[in-house]
Amino acid sequence: MLGEVGQLLINGLVAGTILAVPAIGFTAIYAVLRFPNFSLASHLTIGAFAGYAANVSWGWPATGAVLVAFVVAGLAGVLNDELVLKPLRPAGVLTTAIAAVALTIVLENVVRFVWGNELRGYDLPIQRDWHVAGLRIGAQQVKNLGIAVGAMLAVFAFLAWTRTGKAMRAVADNPTLADIKGVDPDRVARLVNFAGMGLAGIGGMLVGLDTSIDPLTGFRVILSVFAAAVVGGLGSIPGAVVGALTIGVGEELSLLVLAPAYRTAVGFAAILLVLTLRPRGILGERAY
Amino acid sequence: MENYLVAMLVFAGVYALLALGLNVVWGMAGMINLGLVGFFGLGAYVAALLARRAGWPMAAGLPAAALVAAGAGALVALVTARLRGDYLAIVTLGFSEVVRVTASNEIWLTNGTDGISGIPGPWRGQVSPAAFNLIYLGLVAAAVLVVLVALERVRHSPYGRVLRAIRDDDQVATVAGKPVRAFKVEAFALSAAILGLAGALYAHYTSYIAPEAFAPLISIYIVLALTAGGTGNNHGAVLGAALVVFFMESTRFVTGALPGLSAVQAAAVREMLIGASLILVLRVRPAGLVPERIRPVPVR
Repeated sequence: MLGEVGQLLINGLVAGTILAVPAIGFTAIYAVLRFPNFSLASHLTIGAFAGYAANVSWGWPATGAVLVAFVVAGLAGVLNDELVLKPLRPAGVLTTAIAAVALTIVLENVVRFVWGNELRGYDLPIQRDWHVAGLRIGAQQVKNLGIAVGAMLAVFAFLAWTRTGKAMRAVADNPTLADIKGVDPDRVARLVNFAGMGLAGIGGMLVGLDTSIDPLTGFRVILSVFAAAVVGGLGSIPGAVVGALTIGVGEELSLLVLAPAYRTAVGFAAILLVLTLRPRGILGERAY
Repeated sequence: MENYLVAMLVFAGVYALLALGLNVVWGMAGMINLGLVGFFGLGAYVAALLARRAGWPMAAGLPAAALVAAGAGALVALVTARLRGDYLAIVTLGFSEVVRVTASNEIWLTNGTDGISGIPGPWRGQVSPAAFNLIYLGLVAAAVLVVLVALERVRHSPYGRVLRAIRDDDQVATVAGKPVRAFKVEAFALSAAILGLAGALYAHYTSYIAPEAFAPLISIYIVLALTAGGTGNNHGAVLGAALVVFFMESTRFVTGALPGLSAVQAAAVREMLIGASLILVLRVRPAGLVPERIRPVPVR
């Protein structure tokens, strides 16, 4: 029993760290543009398939293919926002959110049109799992963990030390003041879309490395991503990490009492619980 | 061909009920429900199980399905009462996924992904299929008419006015002494009852239901129908539903005529068109084809 809990905890921490990557993307876009961009689901899928193309069709190693996932999903994010969501933003948060769901359906079907419905796996070297004190850890899990932590460190360094990162935080904190100080809001919007959707793409690839991918990959995890962002405090980047770890561990521990199919219900329950007890999330809404 | 047309009209009627149900929460009270297919599915399963397992007649199954869905709607409204609109969007979407996952996995109750077959319909098997289709069309048309008239009464009543006030500014409604939360819960329950009724009518018509019939895409169809028709306008909801069914069926012919597409690709093109048209409607005509008209308050 104790060993089982330990194994679930480890799996949960790995899953939560992976979940944190798209959750940071979601919360960063929310912090700057102030609407929940549910089309992150389809960008996650786009990243997963871009990485698949690089990995399987061109024969790149998975670690390099992650970069392709980031760039392709990021560029798609900028393009889709410019063409579809940006013109709708003046119509209100809810209209934009509904349009983002519709956009997800369109993009998901573009992927389905090209690759079909079947499950696909990445081309990975076969490695033996590691056994430490009775707990099983996959070598690929450790690599995924490394990629996820690397991506997160890059985000924190970018926000803390670069001029553009500071501009982003300024817009998230007070858009009017940032505008007066000469920060171009459109440029920051494009940047946050590129970075946020790019992180979603990395997240999609990491989820796929763990299991397999299909056009619904993003749709299946979007509730967990949203739950992570909400639980940690929508708009807070450290909050997204805390929230993702909470959701990841919570989903794994739920396996002790629930059938695996009901994992999605955990995110749902977590949103309701946190919003009822602590409406602004664990860390509140401060961007950074 | 005639049978096909009648069947499409029946589906248009079911979609019209869904759009009318959505209009109660989204159009009148301003709460989004992107998981409406969950209540639709719940109604369908309740009706199917009562008919197949307990042998209830359809006349008793329909109100029971509406009641169970209304109860679920009240519950969802109670636990989400404090959520902001954009949170409500994803939480309701999550609710419908929970319904679908439950229907797929509680095999002892729902027969899992195999679905429930042999759901009886009025005089099915005793009359010719064409006659059955026509009888059912009459039944669905009557249901749409009754719901439409009833909702128009609600809309023009003081009750409907409070709902619109909550939609436009719930703080003002609170200050005016209206129990906003109770109104929201009631509106959600009423809406869910209509959605559940639509589900029961659907189950008795198709005679077979399975979890995949209640995919989230249906909710998007209905949001499209209501937005295209005119959010807040009951007549617009019915018109929008008819248009969406017509549009979906015509895309079936268009994608069927395109050479070199596999079945999966044709289905993907149709879903792309649905999503794209929702975005287009939001962009070009956000108030819909028949915008909501509110009578000015008479000056005494």
